Amino acid sequence: MAIPKVCGIETEYGILVRGADPNPVAASSVLINSYVAAAHRIDWDFVDEHPGQDARGFSWEDSLAPEVEPQLVNAVLTNGSRYYVDHAHPEISTPECRSASQATLYDRAAEEIVRRSMSLVRSVMPEGSELLLHKNNSDGKGNSYGCHENYLLDRGVPFGRLVSEITPHFVTRQVFTGAGKVGSEFPGDSPSDVAFQISQRADFFEEEVGLETTLKRPIVNTRDEPHCDPLKYRRLHVIVGDANLSEVATFLKLGTTSLVLAMIEDGAIDRDLSLVDPVRAIREVSHDPTLRQMVALRTGERMTALDVQWALFEMAERYAGTHGLECLGGDGVSILAGWREVLEGLTSDPESVADVVDWVAKKRVVDAYADRHGLRGYDVRTKALDLQYHDMRPEKSISARVGLRVTCDPNDVRRAMTEPPDDTRAFFRGRVLAKWPESVVAANWDSIVFDVGRDPLRRVPMMEPLRGTRDLVGDLVERSADVTELLARLGD
Amino acid sequence: MAERIQRSKGSDRDSSRVESPEGELDATTEQGDRLKAEMDDILDEIDDVLETNAEDFVKSYVQKGGE
Repeated sequence: MAIPKVCGIETEYGILVRGADPNPVAASSVLINSYVAAAHRIDWDFVDEHPGQDARGFSWEDSLAPEVEPQLVNAVLTNGSRYYVDHAHPEISTPECRSASQATLYDRAAEEIVRRSMSLVRSVMPEGSELLLHKNNSDGKGNSYGCHENYLLDRGVPFGRLVSEITPHFVTRQVFTGAGKVGSEFPGDSPSDVAFQISQRADFFEEEVGLETTLKRPIVNTRDEPHCDPLKYRRLHVIVGDANLSEVATFLKLGTTSLVLAMIEDGAIDRDLSLVDPVRAIREVSHDPTLRQMVALRTGERMTALDVQWALFEMAERYAGTHGLECLGGDGVSILAGWREVLEGLTSDPESVADVVDWVAKKRVVDAYADRHGLRGYDVRTKALDLQYHDMRPEKSISARVGLRVTCDPNDVRRAMTEPPDDTRAFFRGRVLAKWPESVVAANWDSIVFDVGRDPLRRVPMMEPLRGTRDLVGDLVERSADVTELLARLGD
Repeated sequence: MAERIQRSKGSDRDSSRVESPEGELDATTEQGDRLKAEMDDILDEIDDVLETNAEDFVKSYVQKGGE
């Protein structure tokens, strides 16, 4: 049976400095430091990070520039997430979550952490200057940055089969996960070659499968860095997605992908949907918001992206009947219902899903705005509107004004800014950090290093993502007076 | 805003209960008018919050690649 689909999402935000030193690395550091300054700063521990490890069985580490520079700001928060500077962007990785809905909540909490950081940083910015953040994936000039998803997978699934069976979903799920974009950034195109496209990211994919994330980006990324027991698990690192402002789109992106991955683990993909040319298909689908673009399948069939999604959905419905959806942490029924609803809406009248699909919501206002102001095709004013859809300032955000459906309770979002999920190892990380900030000297995804005073530092490994939960260690953490006692109890 | 649109969707369902063909037509026109009015409100608001110099804003929006 499929293993629990523990998942998480990591988002790099676009950052722009107005009226001060425009260096985005410095600006990102100041922004994050403003947020963590109030709390004891816990540094990330890089000992076990191997971003160059390849899932295909070889290591390319020496030939790659470091993915993260250890000297940059890098903090662990009490909600179990990681807040850091990655290249030239502030980035938040949510804690490990037990379900798509929980990861959606922590992605929303991350947005609020960014908003809070923006308001805190004002006090240290020079007079008249401003930091602007955008939850998007490109600047319209060919520079892209990511919103990555991570899923826990059974190591036993052959990687080759995983690649061939997940690729059709990664190419076609954009019909409901796309965040929309005015203009083209495909190398060789002029921006005006495409008035409006479905995805922020589709223009940037050049390979079907590979290790890179910053150049020659692959649809399936092979980074093999499980951050947990490598003999049992794989962490599928997904770089093909757009950052969503719609909570429902984030939920469906994580939910449908978790579900298709569970089907792959259980060998339940019984229809061959592999594409002749996925790299070309992902771009062609994105460039046609009428959703009529056909893609060629290896079986000789030609289908629209929506047809491929319907075929996946139908397999998923059968899978739910034969295998159950326990591995989806309670979300199974709502994932299937939401998936059906969005596909039905897109099939009958895309405008009907303008409250859940970002690209539809964005296109609707872009078209109406162009109509009102007599603009035709690509125009700098509609491009400005596109960028501002993603603006994190509530008073400037367009996405906050287009009627997107709200599913996360604001009180839950507020709590998730500081409290970890109960049902993954993030609970242990977050709680010990909140309770004994002075004794935690470093933390990463799969271990925590404690300073217990006279003795040498003690590293506590956390190789199982579903241990260290409230059920398993909640009492133990609450009852321990200090970390020495905690470590003694953990050893019992 | 989200709340307002959700409420108006609820009232769409009420108006579609009209049974005669003419009634249905009226309901569709009404719904179209309401959607247009709603979009006009959104556009008014967007005109208020949109960056004043779109050209400068788009030109200055340069990011480093990431990931």
